[in-house]
Amino acid sequence: MSAIGTETIEGFGPSGVTAQSTRDRLRAGSVGVLLAALASIPLVANDYWLNAVLIPFLIMSLTALGLNLLMGYAGQASLGSGGFMSVGAYATYNLLLRLPELPLPVSLLLGGIISGLVGVVAGLPSLRIKGFYLVASTLATQFLLEWLFNQYGWFSNYSTSSSISAPRLAFLGHDLSSPAGRYLLTLATVVVVTAVAARLVRSQTGRTWMAIRDMDTAASVIGIPVSAGKLKAFFVSSLVIGIAGALWAFAYLGTVDARSFNLDRSFQIMFAIIIGGMGSIRGNFLGAAFMIFLPIQLDHLGSGVFGGAVDPGQLENFQKALFGALIVWFLIKEPRGLAALLSRAWTQLVSRINR
Amino acid sequence: MSLWNQKRIVSKAIGLAALALSAAVGTSVSADEAKTQYFPLATFRVGAYASSGIPVWAGEIDYFRYINEVEGGINGIKLVWDECETNWEVEKGVECYERVKAGKNGSPVPIFLPHGDPISKALTEKSVADKIPLVTIAYGRTEAIDGRVFPYSFPVVFSFWSEASSAVNFIAEKVGGKDKLKGLKIATVYHDSPYGKETQVPLAHLAKTYGFEDIQIPVPHPGNEQSAQWAKIRQLKPDWVFLRGWGVMTPVAIKTAAKVGFPVDHIIGGIWSGSEEDVRPAGAVGKGYLAITPFPAGANFEIHQKLKKYILDKGLSDLKDPKSFGSVYYNSGVDEAIVAVEAIRTAQAHFGVRPINGEEAQWGLEHLDLSEKRLAEIGATGLQQPLKLSAKDHEGGGAGKVLQWDGEKWNVVSNGWVKSDRDLLLPLIYERAAAYAREKGITPRDATN
Repeated sequence: MSAIGTETIEGFGPSGVTAQSTRDRLRAGSVGVLLAALASIPLVANDYWLNAVLIPFLIMSLTALGLNLLMGYAGQASLGSGGFMSVGAYATYNLLLRLPELPLPVSLLLGGIISGLVGVVAGLPSLRIKGFYLVASTLATQFLLEWLFNQYGWFSNYSTSSSISAPRLAFLGHDLSSPAGRYLLTLATVVVVTAVAARLVRSQTGRTWMAIRDMDTAASVIGIPVSAGKLKAFFVSSLVIGIAGALWAFAYLGTVDARSFNLDRSFQIMFAIIIGGMGSIRGNFLGAAFMIFLPIQLDHLGSGVFGGAVDPGQLENFQKALFGALIVWFLIKEPRGLAALLSRAWTQLVSRINR
Repeated sequence: MSLWNQKRIVSKAIGLAALALSAAVGTSVSADEAKTQYFPLATFRVGAYASSGIPVWAGEIDYFRYINEVEGGINGIKLVWDECETNWEVEKGVECYERVKAGKNGSPVPIFLPHGDPISKALTEKSVADKIPLVTIAYGRTEAIDGRVFPYSFPVVFSFWSEASSAVNFIAEKVGGKDKLKGLKIATVYHDSPYGKETQVPLAHLAKTYGFEDIQIPVPHPGNEQSAQWAKIRQLKPDWVFLRGWGVMTPVAIKTAAKVGFPVDHIIGGIWSGSEEDVRPAGAVGKGYLAITPFPAGANFEIHQKLKKYILDKGLSDLKDPKSFGSVYYNSGVDEAIVAVEAIRTAQAHFGVRPINGEEAQWGLEHLDLSEKRLAEIGATGLQQPLKLSAKDHEGGGAGKVLQWDGEKWNVVSNGWVKSDRDLLLPLIYERAAAYAREKGITPRDATN
């Protein structure tokens, strides 16, 4: 992507180094302010904002990040995200249940790693096939995983309804089951994973992925390990999505079964990164915000303005149509997603100020 | 400034903004609304299951309107409600719950009806923290019958376990006694989902107790192709088929059964395979099909006469298609509304005639006693079974009626309410609730208060 390209070049020039360091400091400062603001949200927000808006938004951003690493950076399309979320959720559940002495973050990470390993297996076909064919094979993974967790009671500890619900969420003696606790758990996880992912895509690994994405034949000709790169992308992506799945189950909903991670979820995640921007870290958050906030806002607006006056069913259908129209409109405005739209707007603003 | 104050200010600011918006479009908030009882409705008027949802809200809203218009509210406290669309999706359901849980214009939420099995599960713990009872009629977690472990979950009237047991008892009624069950083959054709599998444990237990053969045949979602399953039925030749479907699966099952020649009057549909919407698409071959339900169809109950006179004929009904008046789903809405209204009434008798909050409604539900006498006063004799709840028993009834489709409408063919073997199953349910409590670190509540 162009932004990454310029950064590399800037990094070489002597003047570029100072500009880069000022910018880095500025960026670090603004990130710090943003984090402080996000961490203090529970002081002011009510349960509705935490439980119904912010927690799902953060987790959706994390799943989008996971898929974006695979699809946006490494160019491997996947419809198995819902399945990997369920692996993360069920794995973490079993770790929490069967190894209660493990601290929560370790269980989350191990759950993610298990999901990552499943992802590597699911990614094996990518060594031979690509594009739509790969989508079809990941689709098979999605259905297989959904079936697996529904079929075998062991995964859900033989619960009557094959559903899993989190044993007590606690870390270092703090009970995290309140809305604020669950929000902070989610926020901390998202921040750590995003920071690691942002480093990763700028590292050797990230460059390998982008080379594979842009042209895998060329990449292999210049000696880039294509197969290892693809499998690594599947591993990291599924790991992130797995952690997100565990959070979705335990920090957001509380009780889930395999249906919570069905094909619709996979599509939702894919739409989030397409709308947000493929190959962009920021785009994941923008895309997730679009998918989570917008329908809720439309609903509030709809019931606030027309509530009672219009048939509720018709109103709901209208909101759905409007949401769809907005997706189409944004993609026509900027096919590369909201992240590109935002950076374009920013550049225009800066150049207007400079003029 | 204390944290609490900050929260108040922010929520006030949000409230003011909302108020400004509503004022801008001309709706005014009347001053006496604190004397009304808020009752939020989580609906699904769009999405895959909308066709079954729409008549349910109609039944519910019509009964609420009847209470408001004819009886002047519950002891004078009128009901106000608004709708929040869930699409039957769990995330939207959670959003709706969080949106409404704080009440409206000072009137608290007494009861929340999740209207969706996954939604009710996701809200299990949240509802305990917020002290808002969830009433789930004929769905939801079966082990929540144990109110000592699940204080705010109320799977009232008819759980899936009771459904399975009543179906077996109806078969016993047909073959001439429970001792005749021995040696029979009963095949359960079920929607392969957590919901569909929920009856496996009780059926296995009943099979062991009565000596019938329990055959389980899954149908993958959505179930629009069932040749393989019914070929297996043809080969195994069960005496009865218990059909636990959902959505399109039911009519396809009836049609496929007809194709392989299995007698339709030996198929007993479960609660969610027993509505007009389930059997009509099957066409003529559906004639004779049976279904067990806690919501008997029919428009001749006394309450229906009143609803017709005061609500439908006055154009106040929420019903779009008048043909659905008295349908299974419409009646399920009426049933649900009756339970909710009576629980609020019970709570009012104890806490005073005023809007009731969730904690008080929980008390009301646990002391709810819908006796034959009370049902007769409401006009719901035959429509709703007698119901007595307690902290140890959040189900109460546990009986269903068996209906038969005559090609036009449903007729009751069972001998009144077919009771389930609750004495046999309750110990198993309590065991499961105790296991859940252990897993979650819950100390069961003392049931004596």
